[in-house]
Amino acid sequence: MTAVTDRDQLAALAARANDARANIEFEDDGMTLNIGPQHPATHGTLRIVAKIDGEQVVSAEPIAGYMHRGYEKLTEVRTYPQVTTLINRIDWLGSFANEVPFILAAEKLMGIEAPPRAQHIRTILFELSRLANISLFLGDLAIQLGGLTLGFYSFRDREFVLNQIEAVTGGRFHPNFDRIGGLKDDLPKGWIAETKVAMQKMRAFCDEADDLLFGNEIFQKRTRGIGVIPAEVAKSYGLSGPNARGSGIDWDLRRDNCPPGLAYDKVDWKVWTHPDGDAFARSWIRLQETREASKIVDQLLDTIPSGPIMAKVPRIIKVPEGEAWVATENPLGEMGYYIVSKGDLVPFRVKIRSASFNNVSIVPWVCRGVYIPDVITILASLYFILGDIDR
Amino acid sequence: MTHVLSSIDLAYWQSTLIKLIVVAILVPTTALILGIVFLFKVMSWMQSRKGPQEAGPRGLLQLLADGAKFVQKEDLIPDKADRFVFKTAPIVVLMSTLLLYVALPASQHLVVEDLDVGVFFALAVSSLSVIGILMAGWSSANKYSLMGGLRAGGQLIAYELPMVLAVVGVVIQAGTLSLNGIVQAQANGAIFGFSALGNPFILTQFVGFFIFLAAVQAELTQTPFDMPVAESEIVGGYQVEYSGFRFLFFFLAEFATAFVFAGIAATLFLGGYWFPGVDTSSKIYWILGPAVLFTKIMLVAFLIFWVRFTYPRFREDQLQAFAWKWLIPIALVNILVTGILKVVF
Repeated sequence: MTAVTDRDQLAALAARANDARANIEFEDDGMTLNIGPQHPATHGTLRIVAKIDGEQVVSAEPIAGYMHRGYEKLTEVRTYPQVTTLINRIDWLGSFANEVPFILAAEKLMGIEAPPRAQHIRTILFELSRLANISLFLGDLAIQLGGLTLGFYSFRDREFVLNQIEAVTGGRFHPNFDRIGGLKDDLPKGWIAETKVAMQKMRAFCDEADDLLFGNEIFQKRTRGIGVIPAEVAKSYGLSGPNARGSGIDWDLRRDNCPPGLAYDKVDWKVWTHPDGDAFARSWIRLQETREASKIVDQLLDTIPSGPIMAKVPRIIKVPEGEAWVATENPLGEMGYYIVSKGDLVPFRVKIRSASFNNVSIVPWVCRGVYIPDVITILASLYFILGDIDR
Repeated sequence: MTHVLSSIDLAYWQSTLIKLIVVAILVPTTALILGIVFLFKVMSWMQSRKGPQEAGPRGLLQLLADGAKFVQKEDLIPDKADRFVFKTAPIVVLMSTLLLYVALPASQHLVVEDLDVGVFFALAVSSLSVIGILMAGWSSANKYSLMGGLRAGGQLIAYELPMVLAVVGVVIQAGTLSLNGIVQAQANGAIFGFSALGNPFILTQFVGFFIFLAAVQAELTQTPFDMPVAESEIVGGYQVEYSGFRFLFFFLAEFATAFVFAGIAATLFLGGYWFPGVDTSSKIYWILGPAVLFTKIMLVAFLIFWVRFTYPRFREDQLQAFAWKWLIPIALVNILVTGILKVVF
């Protein structure tokens, strides 16, 4: 195929494009509304092509791929320790959580286990990134529903968690801290006491969110009975995490199938479920999960064992031949890495299973026949991160 | 002072011009600047925003920064827009707001036109803004704008009714449609023979007051009734294609309308420029009147913005149901009760 340089050819292309536009303009059954790629409700570049009839949505089709960065391919030319830099950017609000399943999978292949202290701190950071992620969800939900105030509060209070993450790892957003066989560094001095204060502040923020948003009648009217996803449908679309638990599926990888290398067996917490399956249920689950996460962190802070933070790992990491699949309960849902190794410095193939991709795939099903404002409510309550969809 | 003033004999057009300059330009602009600074402060304290607390001395320069930001932006007009209508729409919206100031008395004589039908005039011109908003929504040639414009049209018409009905109770009690007359009725009234505090109509018309405030909130398209401009849904609605100073017009109109509606609410329910214990015909009202009115406006505006920063927004159908199923019937019952009590006492 030759490049289009001819003027006539360009004109013909432009005319065709114009025709296509005219076809959209003159359609008679309703109107096509492009929600995105640039739209505040998609907080990223998700595009939703909605056919609407008045204010009612006839069909909604999510179109992903505007931010595809090819991470699965890029990992194939990076050594194992280098990969964490990349995968930090998948779910950028809870970055540390992205590293954990990959490192655990690599550890599984190499037959290494991190020392108990490293496991503890890893779990703490994992839960801190969950807090950073979900507390922003609560603010984002409020913003999408018009209550700007809680949005500002969430940005303000999330900073306490980010400060703690930064104090340990050096990065607010992209820690790049998890290592095969342990962690990069130990905790700084005084960090435990500071984190306990931060957890108290997070719980206070949760109470504030409970009062300001969840107790609000308008909020309940906007979310109750909106975007109902029954348990079977949620399962068939592969929903995971709080979205699945909001549909009454009692399933949490931290409790049910926790991979070795995390210290969840040493803490006591509750996995919340909600039978309704509507937008309110999903949001409420996340509120409770924020509280539970702060409790988990508190418990872990009290029981950090002493010892090294790094197992004996060769200086140059070569992962022996084999395949491994490790999934963890990330803030957005189940996140897993399938690593195929040929015994090289670099992985042969990495398949990334991120939660948001599946969570968004239900949009056409759940958005049929709702009003346009409800599309925004549903999107907000499904809670996706664009990097987590496109990778 | 009074001697000098009364000795000058001005022609009708001269006095009108002076009044126009003083009341219709000076008062709204100073009030707006003070009001926006005050409301910015309230907003920043409530929402923990940094700008109005940090920019300049005590955050006073935030308004200047915002204004400069808007003025330096490029004035974009979409390719397919109806250019004339697109350019006129913000002016229509702002005009309907400024016309409201004409009837608002800042003291017995400090008013551009002391209309006999002041209440009627105020409600009539306030509904003009719908036309500007529909013009903006239609002429932008944008689907989001159109949806926003139509939502605004439906909403403003729906909430015009409870607003009018809420005011009817006050009018019945005062026995006049003149805003000045309503203030005097409150000043000269008495609560069970106790006349020191007069009779601010909020005491008897509290139902009307709350309905009026709810309707004002909807007229201003502010949360919880900000469906027409819902930023997270239709990205600003009818304002989406506006930029630069045209957007500033909408922005100013929003604050100015909030301010003047607060003024009307203060006049109708809180006694307007009247200060308890000082007779309304007193000369001191040349100074005291605007100050008292301004304070009362700030109180009401604070209420309006408090609600705005607390609640999430209604959905379109819930919003209409709220107006037709709740506000209007309650307002009608309020009128009925007021009428009966007026006849009885």
